[in-house]
Amino acid sequence: MDKMPKWADVILIPLISVVLALVVSGLVVALIGESPWRAMQVMVRGAFGSAYGWGYTLYYATNFIFTGLAVAVAFHARLFNIGGEGQAAIGGLGVAIILLNVAWPHWTIALIAALVFSAAFAAAWAAVPAYLQARRGSHIVITTIMFNYIASALLVYLLVNVFRVDGSMAPESARFAETVHLPGGGDFAGFLGFSATTPLNVSIFLALAACVLVWVLIWRTRLGYEIRSFGHSESAAVYAGISPYRITMITMLISGGLAGMMAINVVMGEAERLVLDFVEGAGFVGIAVALMGRSHPVGVVLAALLFGALYQGGAELQFEMPAISREMVVVIQALVILFTGALDNMVRMPMESLFLSLRRRREDAARKTPAE
Amino acid sequence: MTPTAPAIELKGISKSFGPVQANRDISLSVARGTIHGIVGENGAGKSTLMSILYGFYKADRGEIFINGTLTPIPDSQAAIRAGIGMVHQHFKLVENFTVVENVILGAEDGAFLTPSIAKARKTLTQLSEDYGLRVDPDAIIEDLSVGHQQRVEILKQLYRHADILILDEPTGVLTPTEADQLFRILERLRAEGKTIILITHKLREIMDITDTVSVMRRGEMTNTVKTADTSPAELAEMMVGRKVLLQVDKTPAIPGEVVLSVQDLRVRHGGVDRLKGVSFDIRRGEIFGIAGVAGNGQTELLEVLGGMISASGGSVTMFGAPLDISGGGANGQTRRARGIGHVPEDRQTEGLIMPFEAWENVAFGYHKDPKYNAGPLMDHAAMQADCADKMARYDVRPPNPRLPARNFSGGNQQKIVVAREMDRAPDLLLVGQPTRGVDIGAIEFIHKQIIALRDQGKAILLVSVELDEIIGLSDRIAVMFDGRIMGERLPDQTDQNELGLLMAGVTEGAA
Repeated sequence: MDKMPKWADVILIPLISVVLALVVSGLVVALIGESPWRAMQVMVRGAFGSAYGWGYTLYYATNFIFTGLAVAVAFHARLFNIGGEGQAAIGGLGVAIILLNVAWPHWTIALIAALVFSAAFAAAWAAVPAYLQARRGSHIVITTIMFNYIASALLVYLLVNVFRVDGSMAPESARFAETVHLPGGGDFAGFLGFSATTPLNVSIFLALAACVLVWVLIWRTRLGYEIRSFGHSESAAVYAGISPYRITMITMLISGGLAGMMAINVVMGEAERLVLDFVEGAGFVGIAVALMGRSHPVGVVLAALLFGALYQGGAELQFEMPAISREMVVVIQALVILFTGALDNMVRMPMESLFLSLRRRREDAARKTPAE
Repeated sequence: MTPTAPAIELKGISKSFGPVQANRDISLSVARGTIHGIVGENGAGKSTLMSILYGFYKADRGEIFINGTLTPIPDSQAAIRAGIGMVHQHFKLVENFTVVENVILGAEDGAFLTPSIAKARKTLTQLSEDYGLRVDPDAIIEDLSVGHQQRVEILKQLYRHADILILDEPTGVLTPTEADQLFRILERLRAEGKTIILITHKLREIMDITDTVSVMRRGEMTNTVKTADTSPAELAEMMVGRKVLLQVDKTPAIPGEVVLSVQDLRVRHGGVDRLKGVSFDIRRGEIFGIAGVAGNGQTELLEVLGGMISASGGSVTMFGAPLDISGGGANGQTRRARGIGHVPEDRQTEGLIMPFEAWENVAFGYHKDPKYNAGPLMDHAAMQADCADKMARYDVRPPNPRLPARNFSGGNQQKIVVAREMDRAPDLLLVGQPTRGVDIGAIEFIHKQIIALRDQGKAILLVSVELDEIIGLSDRIAVMFDGRIMGERLPDQTDQNELGLLMAGVTEGAA
């Protein structure tokens, strides 16, 4: 017997967690002498109050959908891939290599090539920790996080020594050709008020398509069935003839590939060149997004939207209320991650006992009524 | 304390978990210096009742009297203070500590161990003499046999001045000889005035050792009778609520050609030799039973034949063609393709994915079968229809394909596994502990299915720690000890005692 109705698990608990996080954030804002109410208004207006705000919110959400899906797919195999950050960085490397070295006639073909290269590079980066886990038993949490540092250092080295344009001081690659410019929000949704400068681009449709494909993969294919079986019970998977090695490798390749595709949105869609630290923590936010979204694509989209709004609203907040520094905004975002991810059980357990006692009372009442 | 008061008296104990009423208005009185048995099917509420008595759960309603005094037991500390000791089915011992260290664990006198240990050693020697519980106080637990480890558990309780001992399925891990020794100890404890509650599903033990017996069914205590006034058949009927066949009906086997031939099979797993050269043949139309105490290589034998682990030596052929026994333990799919069905020993960690719904479990291991698939995607409608069909034919209750496996009772979970593995009429069926934790009604059903498959001319390898099951079902019996087959017997030419000696590693020459 389940302890709670499904809607409570999927909607109520994340909602309560977010509200708790916002209340604590409000206390922090009040502590530094600002009005929590006004801060809240600025954040909401900053994220959703204008086409400009929406553009950034959706742009960030696109990143988080990719990294959130990456973590979610791995979760289904009970693999904790916290290397999304590094995998996305290496994915960006793949995008830059293929866009800088080939003269692409049209952005559509370039997009397909960039998709393949970002996913392949990132998957290859994820394959090493996956192999170490599957064959050598090195824990994937440790190895993926170490690979984040290696990826970051590798990217710095390559940007400074290989990609940097002669004569430039900036550690970034040359600008991609005009022909590979992705249509932005102003091009496909100008009627909604998006301008030509919005970072929002067609990658958002890729992200949504990835959600559908991940759903089909996990719940409709034999591979997804095997991934879920393995995730629930490795010993049962072995009994059924499902190879733990194979599932670990394939799952991590898919997970890494999804994380890598995030680079399409940033490197190809927004910056249009490879820049330092372009991932900006999206790999880690993906963990919170997957946790909050219960590893389901629909939940991931909703959670990604929330975190996109927090990113964009937070940026507006430090702009409009100078007393709230950038660090303060990070604190607010961290509180949301803390409450939705790490402190999930704190909300869950009281809610479960509440629902149990409600049900018992209802049943007691039902039992008494006919007798009386 | 009144001298004539019963050691334990429960009045109107009720306990529910959510919608499940685990104990309903239970009253029970156990006289001092007696052994009281509690029998019942899985899920009848025995464990819940004992957990309430030991302070793990708090009863919703009802009172507990110890020696005539109303004694609330909010936690296990209170239970220990009231003189109640519990010996769990799975021992709670620190494996790399000595006996005396385990005994004082949680009952140390102060911050320094030396005086506690010295005192405990003296007390232990005394207790060992008083009750015939001989154990070396300085032995390391992991070096002791299972029977001796159990003695340490009992000593632990006596050291804490327990007057009332609860033993939960104490003989599940013992050889028949060890079980006999345990019963002698219990008799000694009874003679010294201790009160013992014995929870078991083995009716023979109830008849052998208890003075009174209570039967539980569906959370209620249905009967309490003097053991001398009842019989196993009557107890079984009280447990299930209808007449049960305790004896399996089967015709003599008509063995045909050799299906499986195992030659000098060796398995090294986790750095230990688990199988040390095992050889046997199984023919069409026969059930080959393997008896033995758990942990003597039977698990590895099933796993290597089922393609879950690799062998380190030997060979296996099926219908004369070799079976791949290396392969690193991912051969389950090819085994199924060769016509080998496998009911694994542990349905909860191997045979089923507990959070998966029944229809997903019915395809488990056969999920690549075209009938469950439509092109690249799985055909959920076909899987659910197949599950509903199997549930009807194998009497799975409730017959709801959308229910997660964990929500079925043990017996019905096992029926799902049995339906999946037997319905394809495999040429060879590997069966491990087919009725562990399964209620009597389902045991009867599963046994009939196994015999029906044999009568279709299929070969069956049966591994069980239940000697009654092995003797009742098998056409030939092998006994495993320490990774070897100690001997083969025919079921009608052997008995519990002879098999028990083989299970303890005593060979014909020495016996």
